[in-house]
Amino acid sequence: MERLKAFLPSLAVIVLLIAVWWAVLIVTGSLIFPTPWMVVTGTWELIENGTLWQHISASLLRVGIGFGVAVCVAVPLGLWMGWVRGAYRMLNPLFQILRPISPIAWIPIAILWFGVGDASPIYLIFISSVFPMVVQTTVGVHTIEKRYLRAAENFGVSRRTLFTRVVIPAVLPQVVVGMRIGLGVAWLVVVAAEMIALHSGLGYMIMDSRNAGNRYDLVVAGMIIIGLIGLSLDALMRLLEGMRWVRWRYAH
Amino acid sequence: MRTKIEIRGIAKGFTSDKGRLEVIESVSFSVREGEFVAIVGPSGCGKSTLLNLVAGFLRPDAGAVVIDGALHSKPDSRGILISQQGSVFPWLTVRENLMFGLNGHAPADHADIADHYADIVGLKGFEESYPHELSGGMLKRAELARALVVKPETLYMDEPFSALDALMRLRMRNELLRILAKERHTVMLITHDVEEAIHLADRVLVLSSRPARIRASFDVPFAHPRRLASAAAQELRTAILRELGLDEAAEDERRPDASGQADTDST
Repeated sequence: MERLKAFLPSLAVIVLLIAVWWAVLIVTGSLIFPTPWMVVTGTWELIENGTLWQHISASLLRVGIGFGVAVCVAVPLGLWMGWVRGAYRMLNPLFQILRPISPIAWIPIAILWFGVGDASPIYLIFISSVFPMVVQTTVGVHTIEKRYLRAAENFGVSRRTLFTRVVIPAVLPQVVVGMRIGLGVAWLVVVAAEMIALHSGLGYMIMDSRNAGNRYDLVVAGMIIIGLIGLSLDALMRLLEGMRWVRWRYAH
Repeated sequence: MRTKIEIRGIAKGFTSDKGRLEVIESVSFSVREGEFVAIVGPSGCGKSTLLNLVAGFLRPDAGAVVIDGALHSKPDSRGILISQQGSVFPWLTVRENLMFGLNGHAPADHADIADHYADIVGLKGFEESYPHELSGGMLKRAELARALVVKPETLYMDEPFSALDALMRLRMRNELLRILAKERHTVMLITHDVEEAIHLADRVLVLSSRPARIRASFDVPFAHPRRLASAAAQELRTAILRELGLDEAAEDERRPDASGQADTDST
């Protein structure tokens, strides 16, 4: 009941927005922009004919693969760059140049290299989520407080113990933050990538609905579904933040 | 008793953009095995630098630190540093922290050894707790226990209790004495609290302001448990404060409880 109360104001804003949307349509008498009710029936149509699940699972699969590969590359790379000064000096300038390039700018090259199949969007997701995670992990290693490293040095532990018992646990909270950012970016990018040249995915669904007969009800339905899934993915990453091996960082 | 630590004319300075800053200037003294030496000095005088040099975290520009007859150049688990901010690993439980430094025992015994020391410092029942679940005083106990676990020969304590409130500070001092009565260690304590030095130490060294030299050395001849309010202890305190250049402050503080006593030659 208490939690419901906390949600009430944000719920009210959403209801208000829908009401304004509806009212504007009645006043202007637009024939092409859908009413909220049309969006609901459109969504129902997609659920009934089964295409919604196909598109959602196609998008999620691409994000899963691209993001998964990015985590596997970014975390070890970030640890290495954070720990070994030479590696940082060598790679950081390159990453600082590559990082600001919008993933959208990679689309032509992705198509050139990987064609119009699944590999292109997966590559785009990879390239967009790998940099924030590398940076977060590197910064995480660099910001480990000296007093902890000194204490470990004082106890004369092996380099391996130092790495597994001090460096990695100290950095994990930052890695989780990086993953949260990375997954957010990945979800943004998959939709954009699918708009270009594919036959499945939520991005494709939106473009296809417009091209095949101006079904703007399905366009808006697709947008709302993208938002809701993005929210769920973020909530999933927040669950990671609650796990016992990173909770020390957030608990005060 | 034999000499444990010998500091031979060490000097240390730091170079920054603003130029060269000499922090320690030719400091020599020795510490006997099992002795508790407190070092007091004005703030910013280089007390911590001195302790870091002795513990091996810094290398002197000149002179040498000799421990057990051998040149000491890098930190090891025979001498554990306990600092003001503390360094208990927040990502490990109390027990895991205590087990951190254990090598050379059968791994199966690690938890038992850790729990034994948790008990000694009064953390029984908190072995599974994380540091953020502990109070400041308990954190200090955990840090002390983690040091004791590895059976260090020397404890280097850099204002270990100064972040605690007054009551907890007093409690930790008594706690430390209780533990040292059980397991004798050589201790070097940095403090700005003269009373703390007199309460704990066998000998108090007074440092000058920067660049630090040793101004004076006082033996503390009182048996434990010590009564800090005793006339002799107060006299020693006045003498140490005088070396720190605090004649008037000493007199002001003494007035309420020890008005008729002794003298000062501050005029």
